[in-house]
Amino acid sequence: MSDHEYTPKSNFGKWFNDRLPLLTLANHLTDYPTPKNLNYWWTFGGILTFCLVTQIVTGLVLAMHYIAHADMAFDSVEHIMRDVNYGWLIRYIHANGASMFFLAVYIHIFRSLFYGSYKAPREIIWIIGIIIYLLMMAAAFMGYVLPWGQMSFWGATVITNLFSAIPLVGEGIVTWLWGGYSVDNPTLTRFFTLHYLIPFLILGLVVLHIWALHVPGNNNPIGIDVKKPSKDTVPFHPYIVIKDAFALLMFMIVFAFFVFYTPNILGHADNYIEANPLVTPAHIVPEWYLLPFYAILRSVPDKLMGVIAMLSAIFILAALPWLDTSKIRSAVFRPLYRQFYWILVADVLILGYVGAMPAEGLYLLIARVATAYYFLHFLVILPILGFKERTLPVPLSITEPVLGGSSNLAVARDDSRLEKLK
Amino acid sequence: MSEKKTERRDFLFTATAAVGAVGVGATVWPMIDQMNPDASVKALASTEVDVSSMNPGKTITVLWRGKPVFIRRRTPEEIDEARAVKLDDLKHPEKDEDRAKNPEWLVMLGVCTHLGCVPLDQKGDYNGWFCPCHGSHYDISGRIRKGPAPTNMEIPKYEFVNANTIKIG
Repeated sequence: MSDHEYTPKSNFGKWFNDRLPLLTLANHLTDYPTPKNLNYWWTFGGILTFCLVTQIVTGLVLAMHYIAHADMAFDSVEHIMRDVNYGWLIRYIHANGASMFFLAVYIHIFRSLFYGSYKAPREIIWIIGIIIYLLMMAAAFMGYVLPWGQMSFWGATVITNLFSAIPLVGEGIVTWLWGGYSVDNPTLTRFFTLHYLIPFLILGLVVLHIWALHVPGNNNPIGIDVKKPSKDTVPFHPYIVIKDAFALLMFMIVFAFFVFYTPNILGHADNYIEANPLVTPAHIVPEWYLLPFYAILRSVPDKLMGVIAMLSAIFILAALPWLDTSKIRSAVFRPLYRQFYWILVADVLILGYVGAMPAEGLYLLIARVATAYYFLHFLVILPILGFKERTLPVPLSITEPVLGGSSNLAVARDDSRLEKLK
Repeated sequence: MSEKKTERRDFLFTATAAVGAVGVGATVWPMIDQMNPDASVKALASTEVDVSSMNPGKTITVLWRGKPVFIRRRTPEEIDEARAVKLDDLKHPEKDEDRAKNPEWLVMLGVCTHLGCVPLDQKGDYNGWFCPCHGSHYDISGRIRKGPAPTNMEIPKYEFVNANTIKIG
């Protein structure tokens, strides 16, 4: 099971592995000891890898037919939809694939929040994950600009204008980003270039993300350290592989439903109107996965402060391992945190809803309260909770809650141990 | 420990690093500057507009450097309304006299100063413009009155070439 003892069986394998230890790596990935109590929330890492590969492959094909020019982009997308063999299918997979990617990444992130997967010793995995998430947002935003519809154009205008909030140099930065005095052809061509580049940067970071994961090993639903390999672990192959594959199939059913039955429901009808720099659509909304942040931006009545609040809402996640002061990882043993966790989930969903609504009246009020609560959760509730919360006794091993009558049970349930935790 | 002596080698290290830094800077700058507006974009810097057919109370929108410019021929009531506003009531205090040299003609960039959308004509709480994106209200002089936009809509450089023609830029 240990990497160091692995020797390939064949002579060629030995010869090759001595020169480039790829087989050792493959062996490590196959035998990688995994906690045996991982539930289906742990299958989204594999699903996300599938999403990334899907986006890269379909994107590569689309790039063979797409023309990145302000006069031709819109028509070339229609050309893909109507003329290119299976172009409609490939484009719908790519467009809905972005939404599926974000759906999976949000489940993956909220999994980490519930089970405390961001805590020591997994801070670097978490931070790399946040960087991947930021790059995903950049790639999705630039990809949305490429069809050069009305939402593309005005979305690009609004988002690039966020930089104009920076004092003194803001306007210069925006002109530099645009390559002109408004969003136009130079903006489109550079967005296409970057949209092509970013997925490969993400791929590189995914390798680091998994590498960093394989140092301490997986967290698990009860959030305790496991000795590996031991009775608490199973080898990655075939146990986790088959579980991941089953979850992936279920996920692909949902994916296929969107692609084949309702391919445009997650998009916006205005993006089937070609970009017009003279007319702003009556109601600009970003894609659904950016709505909570959009709501935060709009809930602040000041331009610079609105931009700062929106960016802080994302960057605050990177500081989470230090904001959450509790030593207990899993919410299973944190009765109070568990409630605040679900309030946060509701809060983010509410922000997403009001982000899609006009910024006025009751919607604006709700957005402001929800924005305030979002920051309250991370900056006040989490740090205090770690000190005040009376956590439940944590089992000594993964096997214990399953087998029940372990000889360690008396120790685990001992109140004096509970006292030490406080 | 003895005092550190500056040697020939230290000088060589510093000099090499300095030359290297200049070289890196000189190489990186073209990579950054290529993204700025190019010569062909800058060449389209001015537009002439014929306004002879415009009646009072009408607004037209023309494209200048890829951005919309509003040209409104204001009615006498609108001019009175714009000039009656007290500067204390304004978030970004500017006299209407400074914004419209010829009071009948308001020429301004039709770009919301919040995040760059095009405001809608004759809408909002101040009978001027209203930005549908994030709800900024502008008055009949294009000054911000309510909402997230920080400043009034910008007045571009323009001049009347003759009585019927405005040159923007």
